[in-house]
Amino acid sequence: MSGELKVSNLVVRAAASGVAIVDDVSFTIPAGRLLGLVGESGSGKTTIGLALLGYARNGTSIDGGTISIGEHEVTAATARDLRGRVVSYIPQSPASALNPSLRLRDQLLECLPADHPDPAGALEQALQEVALPTDAEFLSRYPHQISGGQQQRITIAMAFIARPDFIVLDEPTTGLDVSTQRHVLETVRKLVAEHGVSAVYISHDVAVVAGLVDEVLVLYSGKVAELGPNAAVMHAPLHPYSRRLIAAVPDVTGRRRPHGIAGGAPSPFARPSGCAFHPRCDIATPACSEAVPELQFAAPQHLVRCINVGTPAPTYQWPTVPEVPGNAPVLMSVRALEVSYGSNTVLHGIDLDLRRGGCTALLGESGSGKTTLARAIAGLREPGQGTIEFDGVALPPSVRRRSLEQLRRVQYIFQNPYESINPRRSVFDTLLAGYRSLCGKPDDADALVQQALRDAALRPDIARRYPDELSGGERQRVAIARALIVSPELLICDEITSSLDVSVQASIVELLQQLQESRSLTLLFVTHNMALVRNIAQDVAVLENGRIVEHNGVVELFAAPSAPYTQRLIEDTPGFVA
Amino acid sequence: MLRLIARRLLLAVGIVWVVATIVFLATQALPGDAARAILGKQAATDALQALQKQLGTDKPMLQQYFSWLGHLLHGNLGQSLANGVPVWDYILPLIKNSMTLMLISAVVSTIVAIVLGVWTAARRDTWLDHVVTIVTLVVAAVPEFVVGIALVWWFAVGAFHVFPAVFSSDPGEPVWRHPIELLLPCATLVVAVAPYLTRMLRATMLEALETEYVQHARLKGLPERTVLLRHALPNALGPVIQVLALQFAWLAGGVIIVEYLFAFPGIGSAVVAAVRARDIPVAQALAVFLALFYVIVNLLADILTLILNPRVRTAQ
Amino acid sequence: MSATTGKSRSLLRRALSTWRMRIGLLITLTVALVALLGPRLAPHDPQKFVGMAFAPRDLGYPFGTDYLGHDVLSQFLSGGWLLLTLAFLGTILGVGAGALIGIWAGYARGRVDELLMRSGDVMLAFPQLVLALLFISITGPNLAVIVLLTGLGHAPRVARVMRGAALSVAERDFVANAAAMGMRTRTIVLREVLPNVSGPLAVEFGLRLTYSIGLIAGLSFLGLGVQEPQPDWGVMLNDNRVAFTMQPWPVVLPVLAIALITIGMNLVTDALARASAGIDRQVQG
Repeated sequence: MSGELKVSNLVVRAAASGVAIVDDVSFTIPAGRLLGLVGESGSGKTTIGLALLGYARNGTSIDGGTISIGEHEVTAATARDLRGRVVSYIPQSPASALNPSLRLRDQLLECLPADHPDPAGALEQALQEVALPTDAEFLSRYPHQISGGQQQRITIAMAFIARPDFIVLDEPTTGLDVSTQRHVLETVRKLVAEHGVSAVYISHDVAVVAGLVDEVLVLYSGKVAELGPNAAVMHAPLHPYSRRLIAAVPDVTGRRRPHGIAGGAPSPFARPSGCAFHPRCDIATPACSEAVPELQFAAPQHLVRCINVGTPAPTYQWPTVPEVPGNAPVLMSVRALEVSYGSNTVLHGIDLDLRRGGCTALLGESGSGKTTLARAIAGLREPGQGTIEFDGVALPPSVRRRSLEQLRRVQYIFQNPYESINPRRSVFDTLLAGYRSLCGKPDDADALVQQALRDAALRPDIARRYPDELSGGERQRVAIARALIVSPELLICDEITSSLDVSVQASIVELLQQLQESRSLTLLFVTHNMALVRNIAQDVAVLENGRIVEHNGVVELFAAPSAPYTQRLIEDTPGFVA
Repeated sequence: MLRLIARRLLLAVGIVWVVATIVFLATQALPGDAARAILGKQAATDALQALQKQLGTDKPMLQQYFSWLGHLLHGNLGQSLANGVPVWDYILPLIKNSMTLMLISAVVSTIVAIVLGVWTAARRDTWLDHVVTIVTLVVAAVPEFVVGIALVWWFAVGAFHVFPAVFSSDPGEPVWRHPIELLLPCATLVVAVAPYLTRMLRATMLEALETEYVQHARLKGLPERTVLLRHALPNALGPVIQVLALQFAWLAGGVIIVEYLFAFPGIGSAVVAAVRARDIPVAQALAVFLALFYVIVNLLADILTLILNPRVRTAQ
Repeated sequence: MSATTGKSRSLLRRALSTWRMRIGLLITLTVALVALLGPRLAPHDPQKFVGMAFAPRDLGYPFGTDYLGHDVLSQFLSGGWLLLTLAFLGTILGVGAGALIGIWAGYARGRVDELLMRSGDVMLAFPQLVLALLFISITGPNLAVIVLLTGLGHAPRVARVMRGAALSVAERDFVANAAAMGMRTRTIVLREVLPNVSGPLAVEFGLRLTYSIGLIAGLSFLGLGVQEPQPDWGVMLNDNRVAFTMQPWPVVLPVLAIALITIGMNLVTDALARASAGIDRQVQG
């Protein structure tokens, strides 16, 4: 019989510094209910999820509070025994959570207690529940021999096979394509209902959580910011952070623009005094920095940690989307482009026109070839065939053969800002090195760098910093500044927000749109995120398996998608309107 | 996978051929006359010519090379200049002796490294881990002859007269008849090799223990023993095999000094004697053999790595 | 403006904050100092017979005399500098050449890379000592040849490590970005790749220096390196080990010196490796 999960005053600390990563968190999940745990990086959401199994990562320890599931108390002594049988875990990335050198059968069977009466039967049933094959051939495979979606189904089967009372789902769909995500979510929903188990669903993706759970817990910097029923928190959030977080989520219907939060989520080791959110809060008062607010009931079953709950939210200046005249001239035109890796052709006969001053989204799922196409246009990946024309002149295929002027006019921003900035150069050096190479020695280097930082909405003192002193969002802005400093005409943005928190993503998108307008920049925005496309682009090219299957204006494409692939993408993307 | 193994095999054959060529070039084709190097500057002309004839250095270079390579392929290694015995007859018993020494050392080192490596990784940051880490770090760097002399100092001539300091056996008698006398040479090689291996295994174990699949195994509620031996160890061994091979191959060099130190009747002592006496045919044969040993050990390691990796094993 | 700000970004400073580095440096520098200043401090001419063989310790000869009647202390003090100098030169040569080849191969890839690494495979097939002995069997114990062979033995091993390091840096996006910014290959290798492999490079240098000391002392020990009458630790060991029970000091002193300096170097290298790994981890976020 399944039971209720009760967490009281949970504290998890970093062993070395004694800092509380999770601070005094309490919540209850009744049997058969789903709680969504929402938070950005550093909020401690995964730490809570692991603590529910009595597990603390290396260098951390569970330092206070009680956790009980039904009649079982989860403690250091009982945890090992309860895991799998009473509480189980579905991990974020199955590819790294499955042991690469053990066969699927072995990894599934070891989840069962040694005295299980019918392991073979349990195995077969568990696989059927997640719609996986049950034959011997499939079971003797290794994890690398099955697809990402199948790997995630295996971990789900592993979690359910011993019939636990409670399940922790730790971002189980991150990294999956939207269609796979939808199937996995449906499976989870079905199993939770069938077996009457309770579960916590941990995610940074507000849209996914909104469509799945009964209750929502918003976590900020290790503390509960808001806890209440799904509908109440999602549609009438009371904490300023919840409000801004939800406002930052791009909406696939495009009815309102995402609006970012300045700054980034603090690390637990550099937590601001008082309410940890106050430096980013738009209704903060001096009192907010003095003491940590108490969690209080704003309504029955709706808890909020804010002293200004009554203060109305300021009306936001929703950013506007730049208009691009329909007759804008073509800046870049790609014809019959083909790229192969060895004998494997990844791009087939690509034709693509970019309008001057417009933002074209290049939409595709993983493996569609979108990054390869972006790199080919930038000259970082030499195509086998085809032509790339820029402003009426054919561009040589490789950066090595492009002139400095041609290189200057097309700038590329990489997906991962932790990889794209030399860690051994200061920001000042990084910005200037590119300028020196493309434009020569500047008259006033300081002024030039300061201007570039301002353009990317960065503080001037960043110039003296090294990349390891910057947050992910700041790094990505440095990468943008490095491109802007040479005054480019085309900016290729390759998934530049995918490694960032939603609130930071929204502010980067806002920045790009400002730049597009103020500098009449042309943008090629590469992404897998349907909702983001809706909110940033004027034109969309959809890439499937190395072919452009649809190319249209954004309004037209969303209103009447012509390719079946586009239709499926739109259908599978979780809709979310606050 | 078979194709990969075949490729590695072909590569190994290529390497051995180039190695043999280098040995030939180094000893026979180097500027300066081998015969003159052997006999000295004041040698009589007829003695010089006789030796040149015996070494084959009176013929054109290319002809020398091919006849040398041909002889090598047929196992005809020529005659020792020092004692006139056919090289092969001279070195075969020595090879057996050295292989005994190296094999025992390799097996003991591997067992010590696996046990200590897994044990310390599982008990990370306990005092035991710290002690083993520091001891292995300190010992790992010390040259083998220093280790050997220290061991002799303690166990043979110093406080305890437990083991003999030098090897004494009749020529041609296999060394395993003298297990007590084998102990110190083996111990020296183990002390020279095992600390580094232990450190490597501890490091790869720690890396494996940090992975998400090990965390997930723990979250599944598996006993720690299963987590260590079934989930972490097999994945930690993979990268160590290459290091293991490198260390065993290193034994081929280390064995020279250790054998010399203990007057052990093996190829190491023979190499030193041959180099000192300018016994070029013996030096050539032993250099080729030691290189061959290295290539074979590496080849085995590569094949083993391929076999142990499910990704490669299951690739079509 | 490019001056380092704030935290311990420099490899050396980071390493120096650990006890390993401090103790290791202290030991290494002490032994090196004794070896380098020793010849000036020696109370006697190390090559002169100052008394009878195996004379016990007394005021004139603090560690007695060896099997030929040399002053042991003077022999010890004079017997280290040549070993350390040769080891240092061989290491500079090997690590310099190896790093150059490796980094170039790692960045440029292609056929050059293939050729360099395959020829490296062949060189690897000779244990370093065997390679040295092979050549010495023809040339005789010649110090220049020994330095050259030490370097030759190190180069392919260093090249292999540095190639791996350079390869993983070269694949990172900031190097692609530098190319897209029109920087020349030389600039990219020197300004983008090299600073990011300085950690492994420092580690390789420490490691190879330790090995060089062992290799060259080992050759002398075999009687195939430094030759008498030049005083040398390796030679001392070989000459006096048979008479260890009668006069232990000419064996004990060099054994201690070589053991200490290699242990010290290894501590330094380990500290550098840890510091460098720490920096890299930090970089990857």
